[in-house]
Amino acid sequence: QGKFTLLRDTRTDGSFLVHHFLSFYLRAGCKVCFVALLQSFSHYNIVAQKLGVSLAAAKERGQLVFLEGLKSCLDLLFGEQEQPGQPSPLQFLSTSDLRALFDFVRVSLTPADRGSWKGPVLLVDDLSVLLSLGAAPVAVLDFIHYCRVSVCCQLEGNVVVLVHSNEDSEDEENELVVSSLCHHSDLILWAEGLPTGFCKDVHGQIKIIKRLSLRQAAEQDLVQVYQYKIQDRNVTFFARGLSAAVL
Amino acid sequence: LVFTEEDKYGLYSNLLFKYFLAEGIVCGHDLFVASAKEHPDNILKELPAPLLDDTYGKELGDEAAAVKSDDFQDSMKIAWRYQNLPKMEASPTTYTKFGHYYDVSKKMSPELCQSVKWHSFYLHEELSFESKTKAWNMNSGYARLLQSIQRIISQEGFDGSDPQKKQRNVLRIGIQSLGSILWGDDVCCSDPPEDPHSLTKFLYVLRGLLRKSLSACIITVPAHLIQNKAIMERVTNLSDMVVGLESFIGSERETNPLYKDYHGLVHVHQIPRLNSLICDVSDTKDLAFRLKRKLFTIERLHLPPDLSDTVSRASKQDLAGSAKLLSSGCGAMAMGEKHLDF
Repeated sequence: QGKFTLLRDTRTDGSFLVHHFLSFYLRAGCKVCFVALLQSFSHYNIVAQKLGVSLAAAKERGQLVFLEGLKSCLDLLFGEQEQPGQPSPLQFLSTSDLRALFDFVRVSLTPADRGSWKGPVLLVDDLSVLLSLGAAPVAVLDFIHYCRVSVCCQLEGNVVVLVHSNEDSEDEENELVVSSLCHHSDLILWAEGLPTGFCKDVHGQIKIIKRLSLRQAAEQDLVQVYQYKIQDRNVTFFARGLSAAVL
Repeated sequence: LVFTEEDKYGLYSNLLFKYFLAEGIVCGHDLFVASAKEHPDNILKELPAPLLDDTYGKELGDEAAAVKSDDFQDSMKIAWRYQNLPKMEASPTTYTKFGHYYDVSKKMSPELCQSVKWHSFYLHEELSFESKTKAWNMNSGYARLLQSIQRIISQEGFDGSDPQKKQRNVLRIGIQSLGSILWGDDVCCSDPPEDPHSLTKFLYVLRGLLRKSLSACIITVPAHLIQNKAIMERVTNLSDMVVGLESFIGSERETNPLYKDYHGLVHVHQIPRLNSLICDVSDTKDLAFRLKRKLFTIERLHLPPDLSDTVSRASKQDLAGSAKLLSSGCGAMAMGEKHLDF
């Protein structure tokens, strides 16, 4: 409870982790607010069905609040004049202000009734897009901070956020956001492409960093490294060098 | 959303762009062509003519048959370990019937061009941008283009908004040289640009429009001119497929004998991963293209066998060194470090 998990990918696509956490939390019975900025609802729905969860059904019974960024931005830009009382959560496209997005998150996760769902979860895919759309890095960090305070501390829920990063990236704003988030995360899942290049049987390596040093001063962070291969319906993890193709 | 990084002089990316549009016409899709550089009417007049299946298929069939009969029965004596590997398939076989082939030396006939409905957007002929809502915060040229695309999508029913339309068609959108100075965006000439988010916002909204409708889009961008690499990284994240064309014209690779059969390299930076956990990754990542008189082909880059006297794989400097060697006779002193000294 109350944990902030950072999903990070370098030289590869870490979105399989997002799909995993989405179906994981839905199956666990948590109330999920999913801010999906990069892909459409049907994309996540199709993958989730392969993983055994129906997003449409979850949405209908109120367990899942889905913000489809692409659709909302079209409504914002091409739609009719919006109602004055309800600013679009994607306001930052025009005003660079992420407050409306935060309000959306807060309202959707605050339990109206004493709710039948277990703890609230905020899932964001992906945060780097906010920078592309005009938000300043400080605004993005503030947004995450506000989300942490309200979701992790006040509501005792979890927050899972995906960011992209690159070692020799020239995108300084992005690197700033990513390093800052790394410092404040309880758990970091870092998916990297293999440094030796592309391989058919091993799609990448994942570093799991448990930030024990965050909670207790004398503790060291625990780092585990595995390699993985993504298949149609699941992902197999194995110790380094022990891929099924090699054994 | 197919994002193409243009080669330096734009020759080959233009060709790829025209192929995309020509394929649309042959498949009966509607077209939307946008440009700030060339008038779309002119672009459409220059599309390559489709090759009729029987003539090309026969040519390719002949070639393939010749290759196969030659060395099919040869068993390898020295390199027997390699016997079981599949033969190097450089060009597509006749069995893959995906798409059509085009003859670059001929133009597409006007009747064929007229057989589909097409819309054009030439930036300099468009009225200036007016917005109904105050939400737009990007370059006015891009905003105008987005408005135009959205209008066509909803009017022609590509987003499924018209239930009466029984036959649903696909809209192919081609946008040429986005990001160049002609669109009013200075991302290609200054670093930092005046509005670094215009291009990325445009791509995001375009992505939304594409996801909502039955359309596919190809964009070519003069990426070599964009100074700010951060923007290129963000743009890659926002696109489904990113392909870069690097032509050898005017670069030192033109004279490199490794590349003598080809006109350039194809870099596939990203492939789409839609509706699935995995993506379809091909076996090889080294692709090169060449423009023959009639055909533009993309093939696997395979190095010709090294038949020179030097032991090592020659790079440009080594080749100059070995040429000196050969001309002065084999007994001369080895000048390059890579040669084996006895």
